[in-house]
Amino acid sequence: MTAVARPLIDIRDVRKQFRSRSGTFLEALSDTSLAVQAKQFLCIVGPSGCGKSTLLRMIAGLETVSGGTIEIDGVPILGPRRDIGLVFQSPVLLPWRTVLKNVLVPAEVLKLNSTSSQKRAHDLLKLVGLDGFADRYPDELSGGMKQRAAIARALMHDPDILLMDEPFGALDALTREAMNLELLRIWQASTKTVVLVTHSIEEALLLSDRVAVFAPRPGFVRELIDVPIARPRSAATRSDPVFIRLAEKLRSYFEADKDAGK
Amino acid sequence: MKTRVAAMLERYGPPILGGIVMLLVWEFVPAIFNVSKLLLPPPSSIAQSLWLIYDRGLLVENFLVTLAEALLGFTIGSVTAIFFAFIVTRSLIIERTLMPYLVGLQALPKVALAPLIVVWVGIGIESKILIAAIISFFPVLINAIVGFSTVEAEKIDLMRSLVASRWQQFRIVIFPNSLPFIFAGLNVAIVLSITGALVGEFIGADRGLGNLLLQLNFNMDISGMFAVLTVLALLGIVLYALVRFLHVRFVFWAKPDNLRSGPN
Ligand SMILES: Nc1ncnc2c1ncn2[C@@H]1O[C@H](COP(=O)(O)OP(=O)(O)O)[C@@H](O)[C@H]1O
Ligand SMILES: [Mg+2]
Repeated sequence: MTAVARPLIDIRDVRKQFRSRSGTFLEALSDTSLAVQAKQFLCIVGPSGCGKSTLLRMIAGLETVSGGTIEIDGVPILGPRRDIGLVFQSPVLLPWRTVLKNVLVPAEVLKLNSTSSQKRAHDLLKLVGLDGFADRYPDELSGGMKQRAAIARALMHDPDILLMDEPFGALDALTREAMNLELLRIWQASTKTVVLVTHSIEEALLLSDRVAVFAPRPGFVRELIDVPIARPRSAATRSDPVFIRLAEKLRSYFEADKDAGK
Repeated sequence: MKTRVAAMLERYGPPILGGIVMLLVWEFVPAIFNVSKLLLPPPSSIAQSLWLIYDRGLLVENFLVTLAEALLGFTIGSVTAIFFAFIVTRSLIIERTLMPYLVGLQALPKVALAPLIVVWVGIGIESKILIAAIISFFPVLINAIVGFSTVEAEKIDLMRSLVASRWQQFRIVIFPNSLPFIFAGLNVAIVLSITGALVGEFIGADRGLGNLLLQLNFNMDISGMFAVLTVLALLGIVLYALVRFLHVRFVFWAKPDNLRSGPN
């Protein structure tokens, strides 16, 4: 390892203001700086309303910054780019398309070769554990299965960066745990750079190399915590002493915030 | 097997039985009160008239003429409306320019245009097609505009994140997403298109069920008029069933009582 490599995603002093209907400005994010190295798994945790989704949307190029810069691979973001895959909190599947056709949407938009896309789509469905469901419609799938299809779709055009906004937030605890482990497996198989937003401290620690703790009103990065837990991780990782110690530390931030809010 | 027959009986028995009772009442009760058979002909004489009209070779041809007018008008009107809605929702300037006029025209009873159109286009089948098209146009237009503008923001975000062109956004998300709205318009338009064709035929035509109805009316053949009304009802059912078939075929995913059921 040489000295510090240029981060893949470089967020510097980013601010975001929204203009409300009454004309006043709402500061969603203030002076946020964050660097994500290539192939890193970074989680953003924080209470709702602290600008996590907004930051993710700005990285995705769906929202402009009000100040500061976001660079990917040294290039400032001007709009959406095709080397990013997005997973939203809801699966956002098209109900009139089969699971396979949904996964193929990026290939269709990017006009990728159809035969190899078909094969890749089937491989991805297998990867997310949906083989045999290619010809089903979204309304025939459970919540967890829909979200897996959404993950397969985000991987379809083989993006270098995966941005996930509370992808498992709507799932029950058991499904969520299974999906976490599955995401780890998928990530290890594909080695992408992942930024994942979550409410859950456990989820963040289980998945990530690094956790960015956000604080609200206006949002900013309160703390950056490295997670030096060996990979591959599993359900047993939760009883790792480092995991427990970091979980307590993270929890203390949120409790401090709650007390400050009183 | 037995239970299936029982279920069929339970479902179709009452309306069929009700229909038979109604026909019997219509057949015999007016006679008891000395209602003139000429003014309110009983079903038996309507059936006779129907056979007579058929026998004179008037039924099938006129049926097909009106069917063609309504169906062609409906198709032309609907396709034009969807195209217009596409243009209108594509550009804010066009929308701002056209919307007040479209809303204004929407308020105008379209059948009022029928005499003018017959004068302009003539008494042939073309004027009926045009009237049916104009009358079908507006419900489809309004519904398509609403449909094209009612898309979940995240679906558009998904397309934007892939740097999809506006045409791709339309083809992959906006258009399929609008189909439940468009079909709501089509269901109204198909019925209106028959009205359009008939009104056109009333104003001036040498063929069609409307024309036949006027001729029978001129001869005071009320039983014959009832016969034509029966055929018109049949025409309406055929066309509505056609749209219904397409609706179920293409918007299967938006039906609330979905036939398929998932693992949870
Ligand atoms: N499009 C928008 N217009 C106005 N305000 C917005 C918009 N998006 C987000 N906000 C506001 O910005 C703040 C941060 O929102 P968000 O990024 O969704 O937070 P989080 O994802 O952390 O819950 C919230 O107060 C929210 O109301
Ligand atoms: Mg959010």
